[in-house]
Amino acid sequence: MSAIFKDDAADRTVQVKWWSSRVAIYAALLLWAFVCLFPIYWTLTTSFKLAPDVMRGNMIPFVDYTPKWKGWESLGLSPRLIGEVSTVREEFLKRFWNSAVVALSASTLAVVLGSLAAYGLSRFNYRFGVMKNSDISFFFLSQMILPPVVLALPFLVLYRSLDLLDSRIGLILLYTLMVLPIVIWIMRDQFQGIPVELEEAALVDGLGIWGAFLQIVLPIALPGMVAAFILSLVLCWNEYFFAALLSSTNATTLPVMVASQTGSQGINWWSMAALSSAAILPLIVVAIFLEKYIIKGMAAGAVK
Amino acid sequence: MSTEGDLLHTVTADDISDTRRRLGRVMVWGTAALVLGLAGLQFAHETGRTELGFATWRPVLYAYLLWATALCWAQVLVRGESGKRALFVLPAALFVISLVIFPLLFALYISFTDWNLASLDGARPNGWDNMRQMWGDAFYWNALKNMVYYVAAVSVEYVIAFGLALLLNAQIRARKFFRVVFLLPLMLSPVAVSWMVGKSMLEVRFGPVSRVVREMGFEPSFFGTPEMARFMIMAMDAWTFIPFMMIMLLAGLQALPREVIEASKVDGASGWQSFKEVIFPLMLPVSVTAIVIRIIFKLKLADIIINVTSGGPGGATDSVTSFIFREYRDRSNVGYGTLLAVIYLILIILFVTAFLKLVSRWMERPA
Repeated sequence: MSAIFKDDAADRTVQVKWWSSRVAIYAALLLWAFVCLFPIYWTLTTSFKLAPDVMRGNMIPFVDYTPKWKGWESLGLSPRLIGEVSTVREEFLKRFWNSAVVALSASTLAVVLGSLAAYGLSRFNYRFGVMKNSDISFFFLSQMILPPVVLALPFLVLYRSLDLLDSRIGLILLYTLMVLPIVIWIMRDQFQGIPVELEEAALVDGLGIWGAFLQIVLPIALPGMVAAFILSLVLCWNEYFFAALLSSTNATTLPVMVASQTGSQGINWWSMAALSSAAILPLIVVAIFLEKYIIKGMAAGAVK
Repeated sequence: MSTEGDLLHTVTADDISDTRRRLGRVMVWGTAALVLGLAGLQFAHETGRTELGFATWRPVLYAYLLWATALCWAQVLVRGESGKRALFVLPAALFVISLVIFPLLFALYISFTDWNLASLDGARPNGWDNMRQMWGDAFYWNALKNMVYYVAAVSVEYVIAFGLALLLNAQIRARKFFRVVFLLPLMLSPVAVSWMVGKSMLEVRFGPVSRVVREMGFEPSFFGTPEMARFMIMAMDAWTFIPFMMIMLLAGLQALPREVIEASKVDGASGWQSFKEVIFPLMLPVSVTAIVIRIIFKLKLADIIINVTSGGPGGATDSVTSFIFREYRDRSNVGYGTLLAVIYLILIILFVTAFLKLVSRWMERPA
């Protein structure tokens, strides 16, 4: 066979080049995958370690060391303690619940407000004093550059006089404000991609503009809304700055709890690792299952 | 996109009676009067002029919400069909205005007072004193200087992100797996990252990175010298945010016209040539968008710094936000801290506007 189909020398250099480029590409991919995954792997495994394992630098569970539930026990979340009453677990679940409520409500509110505004701006002409559509859009989007520090103090004082300090509602309002520009950015792009003829047909068939929006446009724009929602969820779940300043006991979210524990010295790494893992796991699950939407959300607006 | 007239034309014969119009106006002005009345009463109560009043300003907030609802409703009552259109944008606009404009004005007022939450007296205007103090505050200028370094680091992040996007866009197997893995760091909260990486992996005695460094024969010290500490903060921040730029660039790459790249291949361009002459110029608008948004996020950098170094050693890693955060939390210095924040906002606006002007000519896709 080889005698008949003998490769030319030129063919062979092409093959070598092709193979070397393959190897280089996969090496780079694997290297970066390692960089991305190692900290997560490290945190998850450390949560099952004991002090000697940490000090000896054991890395691989079941080979280097036997996993123990000690770290998760400090959160009251191990098989042994799960049936018992645990104050730490209650504390942790309260923070977790706060984070979940705040992130979900803020994202919902932002998606509702943002979608309405984005739809209006993509379909109708507004005049507000000297401001036209492009100015109104710019006004919304420009909120993105507002650094949180500028608002932090006025809100601290404002919330104190409104009795909203340390309340979930207060955080929800601020987080909504924070993600609203991003939602508008994504949704404006979505609505611009939907042909107006659809609504015109709906209007001819006797729907009002709100009816056409709710019954015709929304179902089509739903994937975009999900994308905007998930992106908002990620940002709100991870937010630390406002939560640290504006909440003290009742409304504290998970990042604040994690941050308050990092100060403690010594090597009770297992409990910190367990806490960090618990804080990041929900979003890792979201990333794995809803990756398509996250990418769609971030890609919107980037490509016109 | 047309700029004249509505994209979605609606022709309606609105027949709005005078009573309906009047009702709408009465609703708006009535509730507005309620808000002002309650606010005035509460103000008088707070300043001790009257016994009558509430414990908090909460009722004023409810009145305000009532006014906002009435305003939206009145749009439909007074203006009919075009009011229904205004209803799309009005809620969001009211929300943003009430949560941004009022606090901003208030911030402007606080920033010219000597307000300290720890002291017993409230805010007292102190003219330009805060400004003078800022002028002589070496730590603030230092934090601003650090921000320049941090923003400059975006260029390195961009190069890495572009490389990764090209890799993901190449003909590879398990593309979805790599995409998910590369996306993961973005999902993690900066606070968790600062423990996972900053406090445990980079821990001098037992951290895995320290072990590797020691194996190579160096003495690990990641936050000892200013340069090193700053670099580590940049690296951690880059780690979390590179996926963000990568995905935007990947979306750009996938939207590139295939024919152009194939044509350059047919014309005999090597891989590097077709990247330099075709792909990169076509990617400029997407690149600029990604970089601008990344810079905007970078200007808010604080969480990692607060949790890993608290600005140390000697303020070498301080960002403006983390510096002001400590000014609030540790010294309760509200007036001064707010002035610093307001100045920072002004600097940001100037910088971003100038930057956008500078890059706007690359935003248009070359013909």
